Amino acid sequence: MAQMQMGAEGLRSLPALLQRNAAQYANAPAYREKEFGIWQCWTWAEAAKEIEALALGLLNLGVNEGDFVAIIGRNRPYLYWSMVAAQAVGAVPVPLYQDAVAEEMAYVLGHCGARFVIVGDQEQADKVIEIQDQLHQFEHMIYLDPRGMRKYDHTRLHQFSHVQDQGRAARDELIGELTARQAKLDYDSTCVMLYTSGTTGKPKGVVLSNRNVIQSAKNSAEFDNLTQAENILSYLPMAWVGDFIFSIGQAYWCGFCVNCPESADTMMTDLREIGPTYFFAPPRVFEGQLTNVMIRMEDASALKRKMFHYFLAHAKKVGGDILDGRSVGLLDRAKYALGNLLVYGPLKDTLGYGRIRVGYTAGEAIGPEIFDFYRSLGINLKQLYGQTEATVFITVQPDGEVRADTVGVPAPEVEIKIGDNGEIYYRSPGTFVEYYNNPESTASTKDAEGWVATGDAGFFEEGSGHLRIIDRAKDVGKMADGAMFAPKYVENKLKFYPDILEAVLFGNGRDRCVAFINIDLTAVGNWAERNNIAYASYQELAGHPQVLASIREHVNEVNKSVAEDPMLSGCQVHRFVVLHKELDADDGEMTRTRKVRRRIVEEKFADIINALYDGSEKVSTVTEVTYEDGRKGSIRATLTIVDAEVQPVAAQKVAAE
Amino acid sequence: MLDNTGSYVTEDGRTIGGVVMEMKNITLRFGGVVAIKDISFDIREGEIRAIIGPNGAGKSSMLNVISGFYVPQEGEVLFHGKKRPPMKPFEVARQGIARTFQNIALFEGMSVLDNVMTGRLNYMKTGLFAQALWKGKAEAEETANREVVEKIIDFLEIQHIRKTPVARLPYGLKKRVELARALAAEPKLLLLDEPMAGMNVEEKEDMSRFILDVNDEFGTTIALIEHDMGVVMDLSDRVVVMDYGKKIGDGTPDEVRNNQDVIDAYLGVSHD
Repeated sequence: MAQMQMGAEGLRSLPALLQRNAAQYANAPAYREKEFGIWQCWTWAEAAKEIEALALGLLNLGVNEGDFVAIIGRNRPYLYWSMVAAQAVGAVPVPLYQDAVAEEMAYVLGHCGARFVIVGDQEQADKVIEIQDQLHQFEHMIYLDPRGMRKYDHTRLHQFSHVQDQGRAARDELIGELTARQAKLDYDSTCVMLYTSGTTGKPKGVVLSNRNVIQSAKNSAEFDNLTQAENILSYLPMAWVGDFIFSIGQAYWCGFCVNCPESADTMMTDLREIGPTYFFAPPRVFEGQLTNVMIRMEDASALKRKMFHYFLAHAKKVGGDILDGRSVGLLDRAKYALGNLLVYGPLKDTLGYGRIRVGYTAGEAIGPEIFDFYRSLGINLKQLYGQTEATVFITVQPDGEVRADTVGVPAPEVEIKIGDNGEIYYRSPGTFVEYYNNPESTASTKDAEGWVATGDAGFFEEGSGHLRIIDRAKDVGKMADGAMFAPKYVENKLKFYPDILEAVLFGNGRDRCVAFINIDLTAVGNWAERNNIAYASYQELAGHPQVLASIREHVNEVNKSVAEDPMLSGCQVHRFVVLHKELDADDGEMTRTRKVRRRIVEEKFADIINALYDGSEKVSTVTEVTYEDGRKGSIRATLTIVDAEVQPVAAQKVAAE
Repeated sequence: MLDNTGSYVTEDGRTIGGVVMEMKNITLRFGGVVAIKDISFDIREGEIRAIIGPNGAGKSSMLNVISGFYVPQEGEVLFHGKKRPPMKPFEVARQGIARTFQNIALFEGMSVLDNVMTGRLNYMKTGLFAQALWKGKAEAEETANREVVEKIIDFLEIQHIRKTPVARLPYGLKKRVELARALAAEPKLLLLDEPMAGMNVEEKEDMSRFILDVNDEFGTTIALIEHDMGVVMDLSDRVVVMDYGKKIGDGTPDEVRNNQDVIDAYLGVSHD
């Protein structure tokens, strides 16, 4: 009824959607969070009351229209409410990565000039207090968890629940103002500002309007038939556009329930308890789970192990086809049903995927074997391609057309064109408004007609019409002989091996390629334990001759597979080192979303790269590292350089392709 | 009953109250071996009091005297100003004293949750039969106690291992579970026997933070034994130094650090 009164036209802001949900789905769960071992639940009606109290409290503190309210913390209902409450009073929420160090926060908070900061706990509060002298516009901080905060100077500090209490107390006085401000919100008002992690340079503030968020949420929800009955688990950083769209945009559009884990460490248990119907995870989560399953099956009884491998082999053969609705023989179907009863069902339940209808992975390429494993179990895992500037969606895979090596067809209402240099451009209702306070960057990314350059190179596949991504456009280069250099392509192939966590390929403008490799401590450590190999540190394990030998095997395999691609056969790895430390965001080598900052790695480890090219067998190096608390130290290491087997390169040059 | 003379406020804003427990001329012998020789010191309400000393100095014996497990041959222990008679361990617990052990003493086969629940035993009044049936009063009682335990689990950040059997946990986490069990008894005085022994730097930092937080949030008085001088000096308000059963120093960390006897005991004295 409420919807009819307002009409679809009235739903042009998240606070408006909240009011619709509170009326239409009043008693349906909107938020759940596990606290003290029990799932606490808020219905839409209750959530609307909480958000209203907070919004009134923010008015009471003096939040003005257009102010920026920074939000820092792990995924909790209270912080999601904070975003909507900030919108309701006409302010702009700016979620920040909670694992960012104080300096990074200082840049973002200073850049947007946030007057108010809402933090989850003491750890985040301390970081803001540390940098507050640099922040001229910062005025008040609100904290959620009072633990350890009692003795802090409370002139500019407020406890979350007190702000709400004050808001409730002042309701009569302020509700008129709140209603007036909410009524002013329309499709063009700013919904949120999200800072991109920035593989190069400083983070940029991407301004997204209500139109961007609501249209994208609506289109994508219709694409996958999302309903009010979905349950999602919100555990990915709140500062990331994906979480904003899933946990706020789509959740508010559809009215489904957002579940927050008890802590980051309990995510897997909570996942199983909730059993989400709609799920999103970066490839590393799926990889981690698969590794876990395989390790645990090694310890299972002989019968269980046999059953597991027998039925898994069958699933591999027909599972994907059954999921895609292709024709499969009756006998195979019966066997698959039996497997589902005995193996797939219980396994999915253990993983927390028992009820999944739609699952997405994005952010990085996923290994085809991992992807196929989940799909063969009957989990509808799909890929999408997107970015913050597009409000996530550029391409998505429709049900029944899912493949590991493409990212799908253009999402609803998205137009795509491929530039002369292979770069992908798009235009959609989700196209961002601007980079905050950065007209040059806005102009260089978005042209007058609204086309946005993604910075990625790719092409549409003949026949299927699916988009394939090759690499970041600026990373694609040429080797000395003119052959194409696409590092990501080779790195992804390397990273599909469970014991390789990260790989960085060099070779732009050179005559051959070399690589850095990071081992995966969990997988390699487990292997070492099984084989009675003793090691005292990451560094020692990474330099172990047997580890180097097995990594060399992987590199050789990858070279073989790269050699088969005529376009990229020049990118084979001639020599490599296994690095003595993990590439880390705290050292600036990666972004907070774990993408390698190529240029910085290249500069920082220039001595190792030289050694890779000048033919030396060992290289000694000193590397500066930053600890989690910001202190700096250094590690010394002597690394062994390993030669890999290289396949003969196909003679033809590829420029004509 | 408290002797409120001499209470003060620390630099970081905590109020240290009067004397909770006083040791007067304690001497403890095992047959012919003198473990503790004529030692006197006190513990004030709300403070973190450390006992340090080289191996075999008698620190653990001292802690056992404080906890009432050993009864000294000479001297007396005053608790809240009253002389303490010999007591059974459960009587000590009811007085509001809880402890952790140098060698972890948990129920290995039980889950973390069940282990911590055992710390609430003194607060459970229903009988074995009622608990087995788990009806009415017994159920309400367990729910109430579980709530306290869950808050402690949250406080010590061990939610992820709530249902894990203790035997499967690494050492550092076991130590934290032991602390959780001691806290479940809601003690007024918490005794920690080498809470950081065998830990790496990161685990030590975590544990130090928890000890400070416990003291700060719950106002628990803490007496701890520790080998790691750095940790002790950072954590405690006052330190007793023991060597060969004797007290060789007592005071704030700075006072103790500059005490020549203490320096000699730790660094050794040259004999030439």
